[in-house]
Amino acid sequence: MNAPLSPRALASSALAEPVLAVAGLAKDFPGRKVLGGLDFALAPGQATALIGANGSGKSTLLRCLVRLIEPSAGEIRMLGRDVRALPPRLLRRFRAEVGIVWQRHNLVPRLSALSNVIHGVQARMSGPRVWVQSLAPAAVRDEAMECLVRVGLADRALVRVDSLSGGQQQRVAIARMLMQRPAFILADEPDASLDPQTGEEVMSLLLGLVRQEGLSLLVISHRLEHTLRFSDRILGLADGQIALDLATRDANAASLRQFFDHADAA
Amino acid sequence: MTMLAPSRFERRGLIEYAALLGLLALVVTSLAATAPAPDKLGSGIARLFAPSGLLTQMVPPDFTRIVPIGWKLLETLQMAVAGSFLGLILALPFAILATDRLSPHPLVRHVARALIALFRTVPDLVWAIVFIIIVGLGPAAGVMAIMIDKIGFAGRFFAEAMEETDPGPQDALRAIGASRLGLIGSAVIPACLPSFIATSLFALEKSVRGSAALGLVGAGGIGVDLKVAFDLFNYDEALAIILMMLALVIAVEQGSGWIRRKLI
Ligand SMILES: Nc1ncnc2c1ncn2[C@@H]1O[C@H](COP(=O)(O)OP(=O)(O)OP(=O)(O)O)[C@@H](O)[C@H]1O
Ligand SMILES: [Mg+2]
Repeated sequence: MNAPLSPRALASSALAEPVLAVAGLAKDFPGRKVLGGLDFALAPGQATALIGANGSGKSTLLRCLVRLIEPSAGEIRMLGRDVRALPPRLLRRFRAEVGIVWQRHNLVPRLSALSNVIHGVQARMSGPRVWVQSLAPAAVRDEAMECLVRVGLADRALVRVDSLSGGQQQRVAIARMLMQRPAFILADEPDASLDPQTGEEVMSLLLGLVRQEGLSLLVISHRLEHTLRFSDRILGLADGQIALDLATRDANAASLRQFFDHADAA
Repeated sequence: MTMLAPSRFERRGLIEYAALLGLLALVVTSLAATAPAPDKLGSGIARLFAPSGLLTQMVPPDFTRIVPIGWKLLETLQMAVAGSFLGLILALPFAILATDRLSPHPLVRHVARALIALFRTVPDLVWAIVFIIIVGLGPAAGVMAIMIDKIGFAGRFFAEAMEETDPGPQDALRAIGASRLGLIGSAVIPACLPSFIATSLFALEKSVRGSAALGLVGAGGIGVDLKVAFDLFNYDEALAIILMMLALVIAVEQGSGWIRRKLI
């Protein structure tokens, strides 16, 4: 059922520098230890699923990786950068290279799909010309259209996002993320607010970016079948530690069940 | 087990009774000190209808000076439009600096909030007097007064609208690496636009109503004609002015209501 690893991923997993290497990553919230010193590394060109029960710290880990939450301790090396050492200005520029897909699409309501996708270019450009599609330079509009084509929504470019369906909105959010030209994608339950069918489409769209364009993906997954179908590797989080780390082809539903707490694991 | 209904009134402590008594005393003494005596009020109202009384003298309204009054009414409207325009433009940056998420520093936020509160609290007639001292008698002082009043009014509502919008899109753009100005231009303003437009239209209506009074202190507009008419006992002309002001206010309110329905 799993698509095979791309040749690039196989070749690079042993040789190339990892896209992400984490050592001793810890996060304490007042009165609560969420991450207790994690160590792991991700090879480029792979899709990694991060699983764990509710409240196990998956979202916290993802946010810590780009310092949307400041980690308490540990080292993070991502895309060749020592993330924790970046001063604010460079941190902003670094974040631009990491595409994040949220559980909620977080699009700007009342604006068109195209305007929302163009917002992704704010990763490297600023000024009123990238606020709405009607002001955007031709090259930016063309690239945004290209991103909408990649998520299959070219025909909805000028439709207001609040009139699109949930799945379409999430695809617009992915197009906006692609507009950043990211090398690494973080996704926090991108299929959570979608029905199973639509959620599957979104997951396979993300996996397609890994397979066809060689991007790297770390995706928090809360559906057992999606985890098995749309990843190369699975990391399981429990008690603030990496409690499971295996290739998806070696995984079976029974061994993963403890990391899920809803009924669809049955 | 039966549920007993709670008693109708909570038992109050001694301090609460004392506070209640104090409040009552305040109301009673206030009424005694300032409210008009009923007999005085009665005879005053009766005087309105006497042959030389205000109401009798007012009707029929005297529209002989309708053309000059019309021009002053136009000036009043222009003051309201110019003052609202300047005030609304300036209210936006004030509001941005006053919001939790967008203000660059807590100190800036406190200062912006304090200024907005000051602008809102001091009545526009007082601002008009201040600006008459600065720019002299005439409509310019009125425009400045309306502008300051509108920064206070719209600044507060703009800031509230921005605080109330969904923070998700802003956070997502911040994570992309967008600048503060980028966040404001591409996420905050588009999301708040309907509320901004509604506030702006209310601000214009409020300005038109307020600008009629500014002339009373010499800050331009129709108010001065009304004052002169009263001072010279031309009560019939005063009524004409009041009716024309009323027509202007109603027209502006109808117009802005129509725009509101069209746009939102
Ligand atoms: N800002 C915060 N302050 C305090 N505690 C927090 C904060 N954010 C998260 N936590 C706590 O940290 C723990 C991990 O939360 P997190 O959202 O990372 O879990 P999760 O694995 O993503 O869960 P879910 O499956 O529900 O999304 C939770 O117990 C949560 O209450
Ligand atoms: Mg989560």
